[in-house]
Amino acid sequence: MLKVQNLHASVDGKEILKGLSLDIPAGEVHAIMGPNGAGKSTLSYVLTGRDGYEVTSGSATLDGEDLLALAPDERAARGVFLSFQYPLEIPGVPALTFIRTALNAQRKARGEVEITAPEFLKLARTKATDLKIDFDMLKRALNVGFSGGEKKRMEILQMAMLLPRFLILDETDSGLDIDALRIVSDGVNALRSPDRGMLVITHYQRLLDYIKPDRVHVLSGGRIVASGGPELAHELEREGYERYEKAA
Amino acid sequence: MSLATAIRDRDVAELPGKRDEDWRWTDLRGLIRILPEPSHAFAGDVGEGPFDAVAEDCRTLVNGGEALIALPANSKATVALRLISRGAGSHAANVTITLGANARLRLLESYESDAGSVSQTSLTIVLADGAAVERIVLAQDHEDAVSVSQAAVRLAPKAEFGQTVVASGARRQRLETRVIHPGGHASLRLDGVYLLAGKRHSDQTTIVTHESTDGATVQLTKGVVRDQARGIFQGRIVVAEGADRTDARMGHHALILSDRAEVDAKPELEIYADDVACAHGNTVGALDEDALFYARQRGLPEADARAMLTEAFIGEVVDRIWFDDAREVVRDWAAERLRA
Repeated sequence: MLKVQNLHASVDGKEILKGLSLDIPAGEVHAIMGPNGAGKSTLSYVLTGRDGYEVTSGSATLDGEDLLALAPDERAARGVFLSFQYPLEIPGVPALTFIRTALNAQRKARGEVEITAPEFLKLARTKATDLKIDFDMLKRALNVGFSGGEKKRMEILQMAMLLPRFLILDETDSGLDIDALRIVSDGVNALRSPDRGMLVITHYQRLLDYIKPDRVHVLSGGRIVASGGPELAHELEREGYERYEKAA
Repeated sequence: MSLATAIRDRDVAELPGKRDEDWRWTDLRGLIRILPEPSHAFAGDVGEGPFDAVAEDCRTLVNGGEALIALPANSKATVALRLISRGAGSHAANVTITLGANARLRLLESYESDAGSVSQTSLTIVLADGAAVERIVLAQDHEDAVSVSQAAVRLAPKAEFGQTVVASGARRQRLETRVIHPGGHASLRLDGVYLLAGKRHSDQTTIVTHESTDGATVQLTKGVVRDQARGIFQGRIVVAEGADRTDARMGHHALILSDRAEVDAKPELEIYADDVACAHGNTVGALDEDALFYARQRGLPEADARAMLTEAFIGEVVDRIWFDDAREVVRDWAAERLRA
């Protein structure tokens, strides 16, 4: 599924990723943990094609296809989805309109037929109920005036409706209380499947009690400095990142 | 100094120019060296107007002329008013609109030029007590045209006037509205949208004078300019001495989508009364790149994402139109230009 090899990337001429390699097969959930400033968010933006994040060498492929050569919307149509650490507010565009436009743009790019309005509304109602989102909220401008927890739930709702093949969750637990964390995690876990991969980026181990990873990687100084099973997350929680910062 | 007298007297010295403070960004004197010949009468087919499907009645002036729309007390009407220029001559039009007490008018006005004409339209709109007007203006001028519209509105107590001017610019285009507001629980909404591309210019100027107590004014104008276009917003609200308990709010916000586009804005509040609530806000900026990336990450191609965000930006103004059918005409008109 996702293969990242020796990836180097800079922001404003400053190198942030310094030879990062990562291999996430379909069906697996990998977690990336690391101290602030390690390059966690940079990795999520490089993989999704944000302007200003310049790849200087290395590669990133999804099922063998060069992701870095594609525009952000083309990557989305191939199934790459980023749940933003800070979801954006889109004034004037109701959440339902936004999601339907996105869904149909992706379908069009893949040569599929557009979803009809009744089908779409039915799907939206079902998914909103699962995520305990008041359906009327979807008629409001996306994320405008929503609380931190509501914004995160809206990310998961979009994920549940767009059904991406590869998910990147960037600090999805930040700003969530325990109840919201459970709802969001249930939403993510419902999407686990043998043909879908996930990259969970987090600073704290807490999220990984809910979304259990197959592998855990430590990102420090722009590289993966250690990898292991779920127990690595607990070790990091106990002992901190200091040891790895020195290693980097 | 006015374009109307310049056209009438065929004298360019009468043209307003940058020495006139109110015209410094729409310098006709510097632009027009020789006025075109007076426009010929036009008898051909002028095609469909933008509001044909939603108006009950239509008045059409081609290459100038005069029109009177008079509504008796307690009557209602939805009238399309088409001000059409055919060819590249110069001409002026005069329109008088009167409403008796409690009469209600939906005025659906359009400016439609097809060449480099020089045209001026004067409108006088007078509302009696309790009368209501919603005026929606679509200014779809030719890129070579010079088009000036000047409306003088006089409200009576308890009258209601709502306006939305939507413009795509011209070589020079000015849409000016002056309102004498008597207070007395009359209410005024003056909104605008400009969507400019190429080398087009559009100037929306409003001057509201609150003469007495208990008047309300709300204003919201939004613009999107790209290429080398230039948008101008001048809004002045004057609150005369003694016009206490006036509540006036003005907003102007513009998006500049290219390095060479320009927006000039001059919001002014002149307040001579003590007990008033007045505010204005003005912002000019680029499209939010973070929001753009967010939309693209969800699968929207860049052009679609830009169109969605700009349509949403001006949608706030379009949503304030009261007349449902006309609101959708305006929304479609704007969407077509933003996606072009």
